[in-house]
Amino acid sequence: MYSNLISAELPKLPIAEWVDKAVDWMSMNLEGIFEGISTAIDKVVTSFTNIFTFPHPIVFIVILAVIAYFAGKWKLSLFTVLGFLLIWDLGYWDATMSTLALVLTSGLISIIIGIPIGIWCAKSRAASNIITPLLDFMQTMPAFVYLLPAVTFFSLGVVPGVIASIIFAIPPTIRLTNLGIQQVSGELVEAADAFGSTGAQKLFKVQLPLAMPTILAGINQTIMLSLSMVVIASMIGAQGIGVEVYRAVTQLHIGQGFEAGLAVVVLAIVLDRLSQNIFKPAQKRRNA
Amino acid sequence: MPILSIRNVSKLFGPNAAQSVKLLEQGYDKQKLAKEKQITVGVNQVNMDIEQGEIFVIMGLSGSGKSTLVRMFNRLIEPTAGQILVHDKDLMKMNAEQLREVRRKTISMVFQKFALFPHRSVLDNVEYGLEIQKVAKAKRREKAKQSLELVGLKGWEDKRPDELSGGMQQRVGLARALANDPEVLLMDEAFSALDPLIRRDMQDELLDLQEKMKKTIIFITHDLDEALRIGDRIALMRDGEVVQIGTPEEILIQPANGYVRRFVEDVDLSKVLTASHVMRRPETITRDRGPRVALELMRERGVSNLFVIDRGKRLLGAITAEDASRAAKEKLSIEDILIPDCPVSPPDRLIGEMFELSSTSPIPISVVDVENRLLGVVVRGSLLGAMAGEVENEGVNANVQQLDIG
Repeated sequence: MYSNLISAELPKLPIAEWVDKAVDWMSMNLEGIFEGISTAIDKVVTSFTNIFTFPHPIVFIVILAVIAYFAGKWKLSLFTVLGFLLIWDLGYWDATMSTLALVLTSGLISIIIGIPIGIWCAKSRAASNIITPLLDFMQTMPAFVYLLPAVTFFSLGVVPGVIASIIFAIPPTIRLTNLGIQQVSGELVEAADAFGSTGAQKLFKVQLPLAMPTILAGINQTIMLSLSMVVIASMIGAQGIGVEVYRAVTQLHIGQGFEAGLAVVVLAIVLDRLSQNIFKPAQKRRNA
Repeated sequence: MPILSIRNVSKLFGPNAAQSVKLLEQGYDKQKLAKEKQITVGVNQVNMDIEQGEIFVIMGLSGSGKSTLVRMFNRLIEPTAGQILVHDKDLMKMNAEQLREVRRKTISMVFQKFALFPHRSVLDNVEYGLEIQKVAKAKRREKAKQSLELVGLKGWEDKRPDELSGGMQQRVGLARALANDPEVLLMDEAFSALDPLIRRDMQDELLDLQEKMKKTIIFITHDLDEALRIGDRIALMRDGEVVQIGTPEEILIQPANGYVRRFVEDVDLSKVLTASHVMRRPETITRDRGPRVALELMRERGVSNLFVIDRGKRLLGAITAEDASRAAKEKLSIEDILIPDCPVSPPDRLIGEMFELSSTSPIPISVVDVENRLLGVVVRGSLLGAMAGEVENEGVNANVQQLDIG
């Protein structure tokens, strides 16, 4: 009733039509760019998958266990061994490796794009004023909504999955890089200036090293968020463990869904602990 | 030629600060400026010349604009108007590149809260200034080590700043500033964060270092005692303006206005004034004169002692009126009644250290230089008078004349 009332008096803004037109125009005119991006991302994901599936699972588990031992403690190492043995045993090995490749690709691209943008935000108030609301938009817009244009531009498969993951997962890296740099004490920045540092020297010798713990927290968040996109990405044809979860849920195979979900949980815990700890020993060593 | 000249430097905060400077220079009232234009005046048309090799203290209470002022000397804060001349070159006209050169080679800074880089070792901190100039690693290591040794931190190179005490951290700050071998050191409340005993030690060490290095040091402080202890000259600031610039003695003895007088009224003068400030012109006689001449002189001048000197003005001793009249009766010479071991003091002895000497001797204390030349005389009355804040300027001037002769 109210909507009738409104439509009688107020013409509806044709936002949907505008977006459709924009997406059409972009898919028509920017096809070359999208294809280039698509090929590049596809190559990265494929190489990661190849690397991960090349060794025998046992070999891979041992390698991971050693990394976990050096990054954290023997507890993490033990958990990694048991967790991945379970995944192998359940028969989700290849799917998990594809997912790992997808997560690492989107994580890597998020870091490569996100940190410079974060630095830019920290250095320029104008950039920060424009980018901050954009990040809010990216994080709150339901992820399903940008699956569609991703498919339009990059067709089905792993690439739109990576793109959607990046859009969803990049904000923490940008925000926390910005925050980390801004939190560096004003007196230290002043000291760097007073001794005649150039902008780059100040950034690389003072601001970034001191912001590093905060930036790493952002990267950890980014990896976790892109893992949380795995199931959604599987809906547009990205291979991996998400497919298993999605299939089990749509076919009401509760037990299977639980198994596949367990594989995601194991992967999440290992990735989280590893990405939290992998840089810490370096810092501890420096502090000792 | 001054190494650093500050000409009409102002810093205004608020909208259209650049235009408002002109109003300020035309004598526009500061309160009015704040009310009508939302402008806060941080530093108001400051002029000062800082000479090579002096310790120039800028003193004022918090909010007086001293920290803002000193940050304009290397343009960490951009002045709204005015000139900052380093070796006669205007810092304001320099581009980013030239400014960096000045900051790297000419002006270094020491910060109140040390501002050491927590992610670098002590040695790496000291090296920082050289590292960004791309000095070769071996060379900058060596310089940094020398600099650390200078401030007494040899053996602490590999520690992290947070493993050091406050006093040691500030030594690192000082070493870092010295490693660049700058001509000018800006020290912004450098010792204010340290507890009082450590602060005294650091002041003494700074003075020792200054003896060796002869840098130009611009030292910011809110602590009058600190300013008096280390300053060759002091600029007193209030509300962004310089109220008075002068030597510690001038500030104490000839305060420019009521504000300065109130500022310095609690100073323990016995720890600031020296013999040369309170001494008077001595009444002297040469040894070839007779006792009758001496008596006549004492009567004329209204004194009971005379100091006996030779032709080179060197002090030989003193004679008293009683001895002189006895000598006149018994036909003795002045040398017969001479008291050779009368109390003496160098001109830079604090008057606080002279009371005991003065109270145990009937003869006034004579002030002599290193070659035993008589510069002046300190009587008990002028010691007490000085403590009460009465210093006769005539006495100081007399002292200057005497020194000129010497």
